[in-house]
Amino acid sequence: MAEVSLHKLNKKFDTTHVVKDVDLKIRDKEFMVFVGPSGCGKTTTLRMIAGLEAITSGEIRIDDTVVNEIPPMDRDIAMVFQNYALYPHMSVAGNMAFGLKMRKFEKAEIEKRINNAASILGIEGLLQRKPRQLSGGQRQRVALGRAIVRDPKVFLFDEPLSNLDAKLRVQMRVELKKLHERLAVTSVYVTHDQVEAMTLGDRVVVMKDGWVQQVGEPLELYNTPANRFVAGFIGSPAMNFADVTLVENGGSPVAEAPGLRIGLPGELATRARAKTGRKATLGIRPEDIHIATAADAPEHCFDADVEVVEQLGSEILLDMRVGAALMVASVEPTLRVRAHDKLKLALKPGRLHLFDAETEAAI
Amino acid sequence: MIEGALWRRWIFYNIPLILFVFVLLFPFYWMIVTTFRPDGELYRPWNAVNYMPFWTNNPTLEHILYLFEETRFARWMFNTMFIALVSTVISLFCGVLAGYALARLNFPYAGGLGTAIFITYLVPQTLLFIPLAEIIRNFRLGDSPWALILTYPTFLIPFCTWLMMGYFKAIPKELEECARIDGASRWKAMVYIIIPVAVPGILSSGIIAFTLSWNEFIYALVFLSSPEQKTVPVGVTSELIRGDVFFWGPLMAGALLGSIPVAIVYSFFVEHYVSGLTGSVKG
Amino acid sequence: MAVTALSAAESKRLSPRLRKLEDERWLALALLTPTAVLLGLFIAYPFFEGVLLSLSNARVGHPGEFVGLKNFYKIWNDSIFHTTVWNTFWYTGVTTVFKLALGLWLAILLNRHFRGKAIIRAFILLPFIIPTVLSTFAWKWMFDPTFSVINWTLFQLGLITTRINWLGDPDLAMTSIIVINIWRGVPFFAITLLAGLQTISPELHEAAAIDGARPWQRFWHVTWPLLMPVTLVVVLFSVIQTFADFQLVYVMTGGGPANATHLFATYAYQLGIGTGLLSEGAAISLAMFPFLFVIVVVQLLYIRRVETR
Repeated sequence: MAEVSLHKLNKKFDTTHVVKDVDLKIRDKEFMVFVGPSGCGKTTTLRMIAGLEAITSGEIRIDDTVVNEIPPMDRDIAMVFQNYALYPHMSVAGNMAFGLKMRKFEKAEIEKRINNAASILGIEGLLQRKPRQLSGGQRQRVALGRAIVRDPKVFLFDEPLSNLDAKLRVQMRVELKKLHERLAVTSVYVTHDQVEAMTLGDRVVVMKDGWVQQVGEPLELYNTPANRFVAGFIGSPAMNFADVTLVENGGSPVAEAPGLRIGLPGELATRARAKTGRKATLGIRPEDIHIATAADAPEHCFDADVEVVEQLGSEILLDMRVGAALMVASVEPTLRVRAHDKLKLALKPGRLHLFDAETEAAI
Repeated sequence: MIEGALWRRWIFYNIPLILFVFVLLFPFYWMIVTTFRPDGELYRPWNAVNYMPFWTNNPTLEHILYLFEETRFARWMFNTMFIALVSTVISLFCGVLAGYALARLNFPYAGGLGTAIFITYLVPQTLLFIPLAEIIRNFRLGDSPWALILTYPTFLIPFCTWLMMGYFKAIPKELEECARIDGASRWKAMVYIIIPVAVPGILSSGIIAFTLSWNEFIYALVFLSSPEQKTVPVGVTSELIRGDVFFWGPLMAGALLGSIPVAIVYSFFVEHYVSGLTGSVKG
Repeated sequence: MAVTALSAAESKRLSPRLRKLEDERWLALALLTPTAVLLGLFIAYPFFEGVLLSLSNARVGHPGEFVGLKNFYKIWNDSIFHTTVWNTFWYTGVTTVFKLALGLWLAILLNRHFRGKAIIRAFILLPFIIPTVLSTFAWKWMFDPTFSVINWTLFQLGLITTRINWLGDPDLAMTSIIVINIWRGVPFFAITLLAGLQTISPELHEAAAIDGARPWQRFWHVTWPLLMPVTLVVVLFSVIQTFADFQLVYVMTGGGPANATHLFATYAYQLGIGTGLLSEGAAISLAMFPFLFVIVVVQLLYIRRVETR
């Protein structure tokens, strides 16, 4: 049982303000992921939860205790670091035992917990080795084991997978997910990789420049991004953006740019009407663009010059010029297309996004 | 390296290297030969006929025996060892703690203190030996090993601190953060995690500090007066020369034996010594 | 879970004093105190005492009173002091140039793969490890006017017909001392510069070679600039140690013949300890300070400039 709540949390280093007014409640047993580009304040927030950074203003509670002044050793948390931070002079077993020894656990209990954690992680055979004799993936497991044996209130993860190669990263991601299901401990996970955020998180916090941009379940972020930043950050390949002007055309709102004229559907139209005559940013995901057929209404079609064709096997990415804008479309792998072809494409009107040009907030 | 033909390698690399090694080691060879050469062979003029300076067919132990029977050489060895060990331990203790604080803790004036340590690292002993002699006398420490045990740290601590700062800085900060989250206080994280990880650095500092203490001369010369308190360098200098007469046999024997402990320590820890030496000149 | 909660509560029962050490500032203060006490007592205090002493007329057994700058005025007009200053600069300058040149050469010779490299490197450092006083005695014995093995060798090679009185002639004595200092210092230069050389990526040399640079050009345009920061620090250390040297001269000549080979330290020793004129000795020692200070400042500034470039 552990909830972590952040209230009006701020952090300043000398003159730079790195975490700004973060308000957040992490529920019991929840897997919460902080994601954002480097320097967005996500790691600093995690380190404040850990007690490794002093809090400039605001409050952190674990359950009902305000922990602002409690040193890390007394917060009953465990943390997995990006570089694993294994104690190089201790064996794997010694690494896992350290936290328990510091808390004066009985020898038998320490041994029991180590064996238990080792069997969960499949590292029983490595207990007597030193960290330098382990591979990257094994070190990662030991770092996890060291957190597990502690049976803490909260797990903190600071980009734990970013030092692994791509294949191992995917494998460990799955294992982390299983592990969380099995242990059901409140977890806070920091990453710059939106795929990790989407796949691991029960909920995801997107941060930028110290501000929280949006908090929500992964699909919520994908389907209804709160602003242009979240829209561009979540999803791969990234969402296409085009600078447009909102105009009225025979009673219905249209987004217009050189070489592009897209009619806005239903609810989006209602919201756009209020901003007629203003500039805006149109957003459409590559996977929501396809080759136009007779079924597509002309107001959802546009012409594109293909510049590069990226054949990925499972799909084809087309890098195209649409009027003044550059866009990417993800199309069927069977399509015969070459660079410099001219294509007629269509988009799914229900998947259009519109952002205010100044505030960048979703319209 | 692009080296080329064999003859070039000899002319440009091997022969110069052999010459370097010869010149650098010859004085030690000379020390050894003299130690075992009887007096009769020793004092033959440089232009005497049939003189064979580089070898002796009549090796003798008389000079070594003289050292132990006629002087307090064994006592000097013990003094030097004792003083070097104790001052090294004191300096390591202070230097490791200070180096840790300067390298890994955030506190006001940390940068200024680091520079101050660096400056004291550069203060030569010869700048302060006269006032220090007065202070030693006022503290009634004169002619006792404590005069040296307490003053050697003045040049050893800055050295150890400086070297340890380099080693501590190279240890990732996550190690102690992890320990603190694991339930260790700052103090325990330092004692159980960071200091054990820095053991190679501590060894390097300790070995160099030991050789520096063993090497020290001017403080020992000025602060000690009675023969039984002296260290090897001072004892050899003052007790084996009577006026203008140098007892070259025992002198060289003393120099040889007095070098052996340092050489042994060095030979066991060459790599640590070298890494410490190169670490000490990193700015 | 119950166990953890209990033990967490337990660790909160740390004594207030230990609790204070969780604050970085208090911990730093605690860790720095032993060092500050020892250095304050035996460096800062003696320095202060030394200044007072040099402004008094104290002798051994006579506490002395304040006389202002009289001691400095006196050494300013002392011809032996003039020789001393000249000697110290000459000694420092010449030895540093040779130590750097020879040390760099030796470092380059060692910066290759060959059999026995580790052993050679270990042996080469011996002159630096062995107590200076002891190895200097070996040199003194080699330079002995009557029994010199160097004279013997030169005579056997037919290079000389009369003996050379190495330590009896002022110029030769200085040269002998310089030779020994170089002998002792070259290993230090070689090993530290070798470490510097090893940090230079061989790819840079290969790239330069492909660009058509000859070996000498490669050294001048690639190695030397990259080695500069290490070289500067090594020179700084060596200059200070050499400037303040004592042991070598004390053993070889004691400042003689006729006070011709004194350095600051040996002259200060002769007056302050030998003759008992504490105040004058302290003044001579302190006279080193402005020179050392300038060397340190200049080098620190220069090092900083090179590093931030």
